[in-house]
Amino acid sequence: MDGFPILSLMMAVPMAGAIACLFAGANQARWIALLATLVDLVLGVVLWMNFDQSGTAAQWQFQEYAPIFGRFAWALGIDGIALLLIALTVFLMPICIGASWLAIEKRVPEYMAAFLFMEVLMIGVFTAQDLYLFYIMFEAGLIPMYLIIGIWGGAERIYASYKFFLYTLLGSVLMLIAMMWMVHEAGTTDIPTLMAYHFDPKIQIWLWLAFFASFAVKMPMWPVHTWLPDAHVQAPTAGSVILAGVLLKMGGYGFIRFSLPMFPEASAQLAPLVWGLSMVAVVYTSLVALVQSDMKKLIAYSSVAHMAIVTVGLFAFNQAGLEGAMMVMLGHGLVSGALFLCVGVIYDRLHTREIARYGGLSINMPKYAVLFMLFTMASVGLPGTSNFVGEFLSLMGIYQASSWVALVCTTGIILGAAYMLYLYRRICYGDQKNADAAAMPDLSAREVWLLAPIAAAVLWMGIYPESFLSPMRSDIRALEARLASAAPAGDSQIKMGPAIPAAEAHHEETPAMSHGEASGEAH
Amino acid sequence: MIDSASLLAVLPELILTAGGLILMLIAAYGGDKSAQLVNWLSVVTLIGAGVSLSCSLAHGPVAFDGLVRADAFSVFAKALIYGAAAAAILLAPRYFSVGGHPRPEYPVLILFAAIGMGMMVSAGDMLTLYVGLEMNSLASYVLASFMRQDERSSEAGLKYFVLGSLASGILLYGIALLYGFTGSTNFDGISLALTDGVSKGELFGLVFVLAGLAFKISAVPFHMWTPDVYEGAPTPVTTFFASAPKVAAIGLTVRVAIEALGPAGLDWQQVVIFVALASILFGAVAAIGQGNIKRLMAYSSINNVGFALIGLAAGTPAGAAATMSYMAIYIVMTIGAFACILQMRDAEGKPIETIASLAGLSRSRKGLAAALAIFMFSMAGIPPLFGFWAKFLVFDAAVAAGLTALAAFGIAMSVIGAFYYLKVIKTMYFDEPAAPYEARGGAVENIILTACAVVIVFGYFLNPMLDKASAAAAASLF
Repeated sequence: MDGFPILSLMMAVPMAGAIACLFAGANQARWIALLATLVDLVLGVVLWMNFDQSGTAAQWQFQEYAPIFGRFAWALGIDGIALLLIALTVFLMPICIGASWLAIEKRVPEYMAAFLFMEVLMIGVFTAQDLYLFYIMFEAGLIPMYLIIGIWGGAERIYASYKFFLYTLLGSVLMLIAMMWMVHEAGTTDIPTLMAYHFDPKIQIWLWLAFFASFAVKMPMWPVHTWLPDAHVQAPTAGSVILAGVLLKMGGYGFIRFSLPMFPEASAQLAPLVWGLSMVAVVYTSLVALVQSDMKKLIAYSSVAHMAIVTVGLFAFNQAGLEGAMMVMLGHGLVSGALFLCVGVIYDRLHTREIARYGGLSINMPKYAVLFMLFTMASVGLPGTSNFVGEFLSLMGIYQASSWVALVCTTGIILGAAYMLYLYRRICYGDQKNADAAAMPDLSAREVWLLAPIAAAVLWMGIYPESFLSPMRSDIRALEARLASAAPAGDSQIKMGPAIPAAEAHHEETPAMSHGEASGEAH
Repeated sequence: MIDSASLLAVLPELILTAGGLILMLIAAYGGDKSAQLVNWLSVVTLIGAGVSLSCSLAHGPVAFDGLVRADAFSVFAKALIYGAAAAAILLAPRYFSVGGHPRPEYPVLILFAAIGMGMMVSAGDMLTLYVGLEMNSLASYVLASFMRQDERSSEAGLKYFVLGSLASGILLYGIALLYGFTGSTNFDGISLALTDGVSKGELFGLVFVLAGLAFKISAVPFHMWTPDVYEGAPTPVTTFFASAPKVAAIGLTVRVAIEALGPAGLDWQQVVIFVALASILFGAVAAIGQGNIKRLMAYSSINNVGFALIGLAAGTPAGAAATMSYMAIYIVMTIGAFACILQMRDAEGKPIETIASLAGLSRSRKGLAAALAIFMFSMAGIPPLFGFWAKFLVFDAAVAAGLTALAAFGIAMSVIGAFYYLKVIKTMYFDEPAAPYEARGGAVENIILTACAVVIVFGYFLNPMLDKASAAAAASLF
């Protein structure tokens, strides 16, 4: 694979597909889009297979460099963190196209083109190794998403599209100014170099805040999350899937790629801010989710709560927290995507998102009820599903930094169970009180094919998370080492007992640390 | 004393003068029938002048004892001016042919304006500057009222004339003050006199000169004429006003600020910062309520001038280069957008100007809507379109010069501006279709529009070239 520009190819395929779609008819466009996304999925698999996961491998792999744009370069390259997020993107894209197969009837070619262009930009964000290239990719995503929400969205689509666009734009522009400052200071636009550059801690605060303005909006963190429920509710199903599944992860990726390694001191100083906002988000948005009568809004608020778990994990400054945050991002990408698809399935039948209009679906839609149950449980964080691993690791990580934050954020798991199970009960259990809902047919073969791969991935992540932890392990370690000097001292320092003679300690070897934390949390 | 080197340095102006005079005779004797011929010949003249730029550069940089400079800066600006002028000529015939004939005076007037603009950007002396400015203005006043039976057009011409004269007066007063206190009208002479500190009188002169120039670039608070003139003037003329004279006036401002008033940098920097921020803010806020697309473009031009001036506020070579790059990208977007606006015609071919009439355009005229959307997103400064790069360059220059707060404030206000560009896109893409436009656009319009769209989408590949040219242009000022 050496020297083969696979990352460029992964962006070229959907780009070519997008252009082809614009000149095709509706049905052709669907097939072109499906084909392009499937090819990208295959390329993604090839990428993963060829990614060197051994600890001795270079941090950045598949690097490409072409200085064709003057001030900045077409510089690509990935580490394990980026690899996982790219995998998530290419995995969800064919499913999005499939979910729009029948639901989108008007202006199909443009729709498919917008989605494929979106895929190009998402892969671009995760692969860019040039600061300005990253910004361009990051910001350009506004255009297709604005059009997707505005053209194919629901009744309030225009308000939602404006809000989405202007909110995220305002967040990002300050980041651009900070980037310019950094480039002038460090004299390079190369992200790996900047990640190792030491900025003056006093300036770091300002730079950190500028980046925070962008990523916090994208994430989204309370109190700048209000664009998300509007955008989610109004976007078409596939739009919600990609928004929740991948676009929100750009915020988390930004933190882990920029804020933490580039401004470690500022991150440590401002961590209490992040913790505070995250604690509010977990409790507040969970409670808000509890009283929603609109299914999509409920899941949107639950996303905000889950993303808050990501931010506390990231700002725990230790390996458990960082790995947990990544796992929540991946797990949430799959689960919230699947939940939006589940909503889409019944929305396509009854054309309403009112929870009260459904009921007793497990009687007439048993297959649907089973899959919906699986994803509900995954969202709650049931052991054996993807989200359990991530949430557990994140909370374990933050416990080492601050036990109070861990305490408050863990209530999110309880509240999460409350709103998700309440949602499930209202939709799938109880009497079939609405005749039209009772007459809905079960999942079609197409819908099963959309949900089954996600279900498999969710279980895989839950049962054997090592497949997903191993590619990023050395990168997370490197990041932890970078943060070590600045990391705030935790308030739950575990006193190590006197060294136990080797013979006695024999039965509890390597995972001693995690055992210790697990029991610590139980107190 | 006139020597041949000086004459060769102003070769582009000589070509335009000769071409303009000959074409004027053809127009006078040939009447309206000759319009098409004059049109094409004037484009050829502009191309000839453009080609001769390389010759003038070889014989520069100083001609006529410092009255005129033919340096890289003037070549850069003139290339943009001639290109924009040619586009304005090419876009016109179709517009004027509705309910009348195209008239041959139009391209000739643009040629004369181009001579004036060329003199503006290559002025080395306050008097050359003034003569060039007036030459351009005089042609512009006539162009604004070119549809003389049309009430709005006449009003626009009159308004432009009255306010333009006032501004010229202010400028002349400033020049007089500077001359009185520095003893020179030559840029180098003024600069030399300012090196030992800025006296009160010189400061007054500086402020008056800048105020006069601010009128020409329609920067706040001297912008009032712009919306009315843009709206009232025939659309091809508006295209012209929004592109070529903008480059000339900005180029002139940059040259005067740096070459003549360079030592007083700290004094004019405050003025430029205020004018830039006020233009950005006012241009963005006032545009929101507009229902007429030409008025919207007028406020957009005020807004864009504000951004361009941020580069000048930096006061560095990188800043001057950024301002000129900004203008280069800006005129491509503007000409492209006007090529779209010119195609807004009802079924009978009569021009329409309301934004509401664009509703649902993305379904009836896919290509046209996509092109206009590209220009609007680009003007809003959204990557990956080239308009983002223009903003990037000026803000980058400001940050490099230590004006981080200015850059942060300016870029935050660009979000307000994004709103009204989005409104146009929303109308085209999200709204239910209104009465459809004429089914097909003119060939010339479509070619220009496509060319502009291609530049805006693939512009980043031009970066190395643009960087080099604008850096050379800026270097010749310092």
